[in-house]
Amino acid sequence: MKYIDEFRDGELAKGIAAAIRREARPEQRYAFMEFCGGHTHAISRYGVADLLPPEVRMIHGPGCPVCVLPIGRIDQAIRLALDEGVTVCTYGDTLRVPASEGLSMLRARARGADIRMIYSAADALALAQREPDRQVVFFAIGFETTTPPTALVIRQAAALGLTNFSVLCCHVLTPSAITAILESPEVRELGTVPLDGFIGPAHVSTIIGSRPYAHFAEEYRKPVVIAGFEPLDVMQAIRMLVRQVNDGRAEIENEFTRAVTPDGNRKAQALVAEVFEVREEFEWRGLGTVPASALRLRPAYAQFDAELRFPVPYAAVPDHKACECGAILRGVKRPQDCKLFGTVCTPENPVGSCMVSSEGACAAHYTYGRYRDVAGGTASQA
Amino acid sequence: MCLAIPTRVVELLPDHQALVDLGGVRKAISLELVDGVVVGDYVILHVGYALTRLDPEEARQTLALMAEAGLLEQALGDAREGA
Ligand code: SF4
Repeated sequence: MKYIDEFRDGELAKGIAAAIRREARPEQRYAFMEFCGGHTHAISRYGVADLLPPEVRMIHGPGCPVCVLPIGRIDQAIRLALDEGVTVCTYGDTLRVPASEGLSMLRARARGADIRMIYSAADALALAQREPDRQVVFFAIGFETTTPPTALVIRQAAALGLTNFSVLCCHVLTPSAITAILESPEVRELGTVPLDGFIGPAHVSTIIGSRPYAHFAEEYRKPVVIAGFEPLDVMQAIRMLVRQVNDGRAEIENEFTRAVTPDGNRKAQALVAEVFEVREEFEWRGLGTVPASALRLRPAYAQFDAELRFPVPYAAVPDHKACECGAILRGVKRPQDCKLFGTVCTPENPVGSCMVSSEGACAAHYTYGRYRDVAGGTASQA
Repeated sequence: MCLAIPTRVVELLPDHQALVDLGGVRKAISLELVDGVVVGDYVILHVGYALTRLDPEEARQTLALMAEAGLLEQALGDAREGA
């Protein structure tokens, strides 16, 4: 398809790979974090890591919306359905995330919970309109890309005067998560996670623009290159990061100019600002409680806030003891460092959230990477 | 879930909706987040909504920059062989 295939061209990839190999200095080490799960997926699927010289190392970041949702949030959605008898609508990937008591949203369905998979926030609203006798809760998760659609349906529900629609708001903020990574002891004090730059999110940046990252270049002296989700985009961004490191620069650069502007989508931003406000804090899987890192409904829309409408407060729940998702989301460990990886924990039977979504580091590595490791890491170098 | 793809708008519908072409399949999406989209525009589609318009000229320039890397390698290779 146009604007996809061109950015997967093998010949161009070879050229960019050769340029990276030439420009990366043998005496230098380059460690870059791809923040987004979408980039993690592209890197694994297209074997981008195999095309990179040994000096350049990619670290998976926390930008997979399903992965960063803590167990307690899934529990909340399940309790809404089981205890309060509401219909919970959610994006597909959340259904299989393991929750407390051996449950997942999918398994809760077998116990009678009315949980439905939807493609779009509009589907949840439509269901509430169609069935006025049913309380419908939209389990709203995701970074800045899914937030504007949620804001739209809340505003529409208000305009329609719906009394049977509400939102369990778990929308989270990308810049806050990057700050949490940069402030983590592993990066700041221990130096166990070397970080020389970030590949900035593709679609999140179409909404928020490139400006919100300026802080990371100025305050933390970390280069950020915003990149599209195709393999060539990722490789070109890596090349741009290598150049910044070589030049001693820390700037915000934009590889994804075909979709990202400095200002982003102002219409979407205004909509989000009208409906949501920043929560004082929010618990993330892996990152812990991060200040000002998520959104909740503004008082004007409080009647659509499921946390106010139903008595199901959030309770923190620790992750499965052996699951390393937390450390993986902070860039401290890799999927293959987990004892359960590929044996007990597989995409068919996930133990942790990183094995659920195709953007999760464990799932991406399992699906596209594990045989490569067995073959010695160079099998697909061509 | 982050899957978002560039897609071409083939028809504008009432209520800020549009039909797009997804590799031969037509699908109705929402244009509520993006103003001024016309038929023939490419938009980035995510969970049923267009997030932004795609700029064809910028796409062309990005591809040209990518190709440059390869051409440069080729030139360097030729120079090495010639030496
Ligand atoms: S392999 Fe499974 S158990 Fe291990 S870190 Fe990944 S998701 Fe968690």
